[in-house]
Amino acid sequence: MWKWLNSYADPQRSYNLAGTLLPWFAGLAIALIGVGTIWGLLFAPMDYQQGDSFRIIYIHVPAASMSMAAYMGMATASFIGIVWQIKAADWAAASIAPIGAVMTFIALFTGATWGKPMWGTWWVWDARLTSELVLLFLYLGVIALYASFEDKVLAARAAGILAIVGVINIPIIKYSVEWWSSLHQPATIKITEESTMTGDMLYPLLMNIFGFGMMIGALTLVRFRAEVLARNGMRPWVRELANAEATK
Amino acid sequence: MNRGISYTSAFMTLLKRDLQIAVRHRGDIFNPLLFFIIVVTLFPLGIGPEPNILTRVAPGIIWVAALLASMLSLERLFKADFSDGSLEQMLLSPQPLPILVLAKVLAHWILTGVPLILVSPLLAVLLHLESSSYVALMATLALGTPVLSLLGAIGVALTVGLRKGGVLLTLLILPLYIPVLIFATSAIDAAGMNLPYDGQLAIIGAMLVGSLIMAPFAIGASLRVSTN
Repeated sequence: MWKWLNSYADPQRSYNLAGTLLPWFAGLAIALIGVGTIWGLLFAPMDYQQGDSFRIIYIHVPAASMSMAAYMGMATASFIGIVWQIKAADWAAASIAPIGAVMTFIALFTGATWGKPMWGTWWVWDARLTSELVLLFLYLGVIALYASFEDKVLAARAAGILAIVGVINIPIIKYSVEWWSSLHQPATIKITEESTMTGDMLYPLLMNIFGFGMMIGALTLVRFRAEVLARNGMRPWVRELANAEATK
Repeated sequence: MNRGISYTSAFMTLLKRDLQIAVRHRGDIFNPLLFFIIVVTLFPLGIGPEPNILTRVAPGIIWVAALLASMLSLERLFKADFSDGSLEQMLLSPQPLPILVLAKVLAHWILTGVPLILVSPLLAVLLHLESSSYVALMATLALGTPVLSLLGAIGVALTVGLRKGGVLLTLLILPLYIPVLIFATSAIDAAGMNLPYDGQLAIIGAMLVGSLIMAPFAIGASLRVSTN
């Protein structure tokens, strides 16, 4: 198993694998987000309290949950990179970070626009919102640290350690609505019990969540391929690729 | 492998060395302290001298100033050792690195955290803090400032090799400081209203224990990355 997995640590193979996987991720992402968003925005029933403005949930919740998932993905990749010294994992971590940061920003932004009509304010200093803001700062810290080293091997190591330390924030975000009395509502989607949401509202939401996951996957693959090329610019196979591209 | 001396004597030697160096450069102790005092005195000038308002915001002001002062002083934690090469010698020594960095962080806390705790009642008087909150203020500072030193040292260790680490350090560390700030100020607020605050103190204590165990390893790993 390890032998089979380790062969993908080779930059060229992981580059090619990312290329093969990319259309699948991208296709699924477009299909799921397309169907989920149209269903959610046009056909899902109106909320009896919030009216139509609840529909921002179809962007807000996927972005928020994926911002945490992306962080865990980044931290896992950094961990693999640090422990097993696999450079491809470091590149993967470096390529997820900006995407996660954008997801976090989208979650905060849509949350604010949803908060304005519902809570009457753009922002409250509440546990869920504050910890999500901290997540954004953590992403920015990782990105800034990665950018500030000339030697990208060291940069990935350093940023990886920071990413792993920051994992402590993820359970805080997840459980903030249960641990503190919060203006933010508790989770409506439950994995082990019945969700507190009717099916025709829930299914488009689930589709969008998976769609966002696929989208992050696709964007990460694109960035990962670019990162592999950037870090291996001196290798013969990259040069051949560039020559092939130039003569086309 | 023969380590030469025991863990305890390695720890004590490094602690003593760091304290001695600091005593001979007294500015390193007093500058962060002065910074702390000056930042706190700026607030009454900025938001107006009404005692009611000051009482309300005092815990936050003192704690934010403590965070900034800790960060300012942390920047030099490994710098001198890094530039004169003694940090590399520590990394090469047969002693376990987490013990050595723990000694350095403890020395840093004694030099910057303890004076801050000692001067805090004076600032509390200046800011008209409720008299019932004094104990809470000092207790949260006593439990919280070591956490700041430990967490901050991770960031410092990551940036020690960089020439322009200063601003970056802020970005890396301050998010990690937020939980300490939240629980410390809520403990002081609770004490001001004569409510029990041992819950918040217990959480800060848990953070201290957790970071005391984990941070030295993270600092050690970061130092190995930065010195390479």
